[in-house]
Amino acid sequence: MTEIVMSQTPPILHGPSDKEKKYDRQLRLWAASGQAALESANILLVNSGCGTVGVETLKNLVLPGIGRFTIVDEAVVQNADLGVNFFLDETCLGKLRSKCCTELLQELNPDVQGEWFPKQPGTVDLDQILLNSPTYTLIMYTMPISSKDLAALKEYGQKHHTPLFAIHSAGFYSYFNIQLPGTFPIVDTHPEAERTIDLRLTKPWPELAHFAESMTKDMDQLDDHEHGHLPYVVLLLHYLEKWKETHDGKLPTEYKAKLEGEENFQEAVAAVNRNIKEQTLESTLGEVFSHEASGNVDAKSSFWVIARAIKEFHRKHGCLPLPGGLPDMKAQSSVYVKLQGLYKAKARKDSQEVLEIAKSLSGGEDVDSAEVDLFCKNASFVKLVNATTGDQDLTKTYEEQKENDSLAEVTMMPLSLFPIYLALSATTHEPAASVDQIKASAYSRLPAAADDMRISQACEEVARAAGGELHNISALTGGMVAQEAIKIITKQYIPIDNTCIFDGIASRCQILRL
Amino acid sequence: MAASPEDGTARWQYLNHIRKTKGPFNPPTDDEDVTPEMLDTLGKSTILVIGAGGLGCEILKNLALSGFKNIHVIDMDTIDISNLNRQFLFRKSDVGKSKAEVAAAFVERRVQGVKITPHNCRIQDFDDDFYMQFQMVVCGLDSVEARRWMNATLVNMVDEDNPDSLKPMIDGGTEGFKGQTQCQLDLYAPRAAVPLCTLATIPRQPEHCIEWAHIIAWEQEKPFPSLDKDDPEHITWLYQKALSRAEEFKIPGVTYSLTQGVVKNIIPAIASTNAIIAASCCNEALKIATSAAPALGFEDNYMSYHGDEAIYTNTFKYEKKEDCAVCGSLSKPLEVDPRWTLQELVDSLATNASAQLKKPSIRTDSKTLYMRFPQSLEEKTRPNLEKTLREGLGLEEKQEIAVTDPAFPALSFKFFLRFT
Repeated sequence: MTEIVMSQTPPILHGPSDKEKKYDRQLRLWAASGQAALESANILLVNSGCGTVGVETLKNLVLPGIGRFTIVDEAVVQNADLGVNFFLDETCLGKLRSKCCTELLQELNPDVQGEWFPKQPGTVDLDQILLNSPTYTLIMYTMPISSKDLAALKEYGQKHHTPLFAIHSAGFYSYFNIQLPGTFPIVDTHPEAERTIDLRLTKPWPELAHFAESMTKDMDQLDDHEHGHLPYVVLLLHYLEKWKETHDGKLPTEYKAKLEGEENFQEAVAAVNRNIKEQTLESTLGEVFSHEASGNVDAKSSFWVIARAIKEFHRKHGCLPLPGGLPDMKAQSSVYVKLQGLYKAKARKDSQEVLEIAKSLSGGEDVDSAEVDLFCKNASFVKLVNATTGDQDLTKTYEEQKENDSLAEVTMMPLSLFPIYLALSATTHEPAASVDQIKASAYSRLPAAADDMRISQACEEVARAAGGELHNISALTGGMVAQEAIKIITKQYIPIDNTCIFDGIASRCQILRL
Repeated sequence: MAASPEDGTARWQYLNHIRKTKGPFNPPTDDEDVTPEMLDTLGKSTILVIGAGGLGCEILKNLALSGFKNIHVIDMDTIDISNLNRQFLFRKSDVGKSKAEVAAAFVERRVQGVKITPHNCRIQDFDDDFYMQFQMVVCGLDSVEARRWMNATLVNMVDEDNPDSLKPMIDGGTEGFKGQTQCQLDLYAPRAAVPLCTLATIPRQPEHCIEWAHIIAWEQEKPFPSLDKDDPEHITWLYQKALSRAEEFKIPGVTYSLTQGVVKNIIPAIASTNAIIAASCCNEALKIATSAAPALGFEDNYMSYHGDEAIYTNTFKYEKKEDCAVCGSLSKPLEVDPRWTLQELVDSLATNASAQLKKPSIRTDSKTLYMRFPQSLEEKTRPNLEKTLREGLGLEEKQEIAVTDPAFPALSFKFFLRFT
């Protein structure tokens, strides 16, 4: 622990910096590490059409402080823009939309740099911009987009391993789709605190077992205060040990807690069902292990080196490294702090062992101990996004969704939003298409949809918008896209895999892998 | 393209095109064409926004760009530097100014033709006549109490013979990556309080040390006349007290940031979540005002949004509860220990999730147990606070009590006692 400085200097000096004050409410979500990732992000928006959803997304990224953004947009500001886009005003009429939006967005946060193209009214050469700009961390493009520009962006994404976000908002509908460069692992997934508690009650390590034994050996002689402050971890270890003594060293197969007494005993009873469980691998980590075994991974990335080390640790010990946290429980301060110390020391020891295994693996020489610590702490909750490869078959997805919908009355599940995606994506290049054109395009991609009433209705609703955005729908979609972009940039929380469809009439969304 | 004055036709072309064109989900009853006069109804309605903070800034922008022309906004707060990561109508030079005034002026400047009237005060400062002028209320509040007050006031204003007295209220709330549109009070349980004895004698967590500094050390030492949670000097004092206590008990983890978080009960907040929830509220407002599409509120009326693990929304019908303290007629059970004093019952009402009544007055059908106002009655009933429920006051199991609180004018909450 650092020494406290009760100095004579004005106490204000101990407070947070201006930047910490400004970002206080978000640092509580993604910490300094997430903030650093955001601040080094360089984001490209290729904008078109009504042009609002992309700008609304950028607003939600400029405010929390991304490093830099670029807007590519050929449009010149017209009256119609002022009725839907908040980052334009009267003085912008007739000027480049890319420049005007960039300037009004930059006003939101002086720490963020903004750039725009083209520099003069006219067409832009996207290839040239991509070639001459510093590497982008993430690219977003809005519909409509030309096939040529789309191909250029996809090629760039593959070459530089850049995540691509496709965004489409029209009328009451929207969707966005995230294309990630290969498997995307996330260690810091922020599971709920209760889920991460691992007390090792059925498998205590020697130091913990000794501690519990020493505290409970003369339990009945303790005075009321001491008895009422035995931590529930110690109580449960004691009674499990007593059970084993009378049951050939075996653990109970089912638990019906019968402990009566003070508050700490009540806490113990409550913890029985919550915390006594056999060590089983969370399915997400199982996926990581089997993916690792498939050999289809970047063997040199530190994530996969540590994953292999943890797999080896698990094979050797039959359990994962201890996360090391201890929930609050009724106990005397010194006893609690000692117990907390035991859990922390064991977690450090396990993490050290994983580090040593990792360093012995090929590619693991330079693995960072802080990264190993984080991985060990979160091992049960590590998540792979985009682990399956290859394009999803549209017909197969449609059949699955239709099957679900046919059971909707029984399962009480809402109907699929797939028709909205199909109808919107029929206008990817042609925003103001007629109902017939939209239907023709949708049916040509998916012949089975031709007699589906819900798809026909979705096509009509998309045609109704004629490519026009509603500000609310674009603001809402921009919020969702920004959240997902933040998750991908900070590598924290779990992003969607991979398409989110929003229905502003029913006010709900659905995630599909498309 | 020349910059020319215009009548708004060109400006609102996207929105008006959708409003004029019937979609497959519009109700079949309303089959006449949308006339220019009908388009103009939006400009004639008056809408009230409560809160000009994270949600409020977004709501004002969204309503202005949805074609609403007459907007009022109420917020008593001033701008703090920690607002700037999401309250995008404010700049560093605005710190210390009124949120309602700065937000209203900004949106008026940016969106031509919208009139926004700011009210830099509390919602409780206005009476029914004031609220009667609005066709709709959109709330972006961070306080459960203010939300409940507003809801109770609007419910109480309903006159069955006057359809205009029915004011739709659309309500949003957020926390971190999660949020909701519409709201239900039972969802807001207050934070579990740490027993005072833990703070005083057996702290184990950094939060215990901070609460000790906040509740006990501050009261004993009174380093400043009164605690201002926004004054960094005061927070620093608490932080140092908490830190030295933590050292004494060898408890790690007390930081300035945590101190501030615990003392101010800070909820994490980001721009994108506010954007989602505010836009969802305004989308409903537009649908209600224009019938451009069916709104929530008739079939489903509640949407929750979860963004920490992928995205999950849940949209459903939140039913009126028969035992709802505001609109229901049945009384709710209230678990009490018959040996409690009336004071203990009063204290428990403040933390009870379904009540959260901070300044309750209590009576039974036949007897006034404790009245806060007027002063004469308070003095007369004060001795009852010391009496126990069963022995002292003669209350029985299933006894019905009615509770009133200044936070909910004209409402009486009915409970029946359930002895534990």
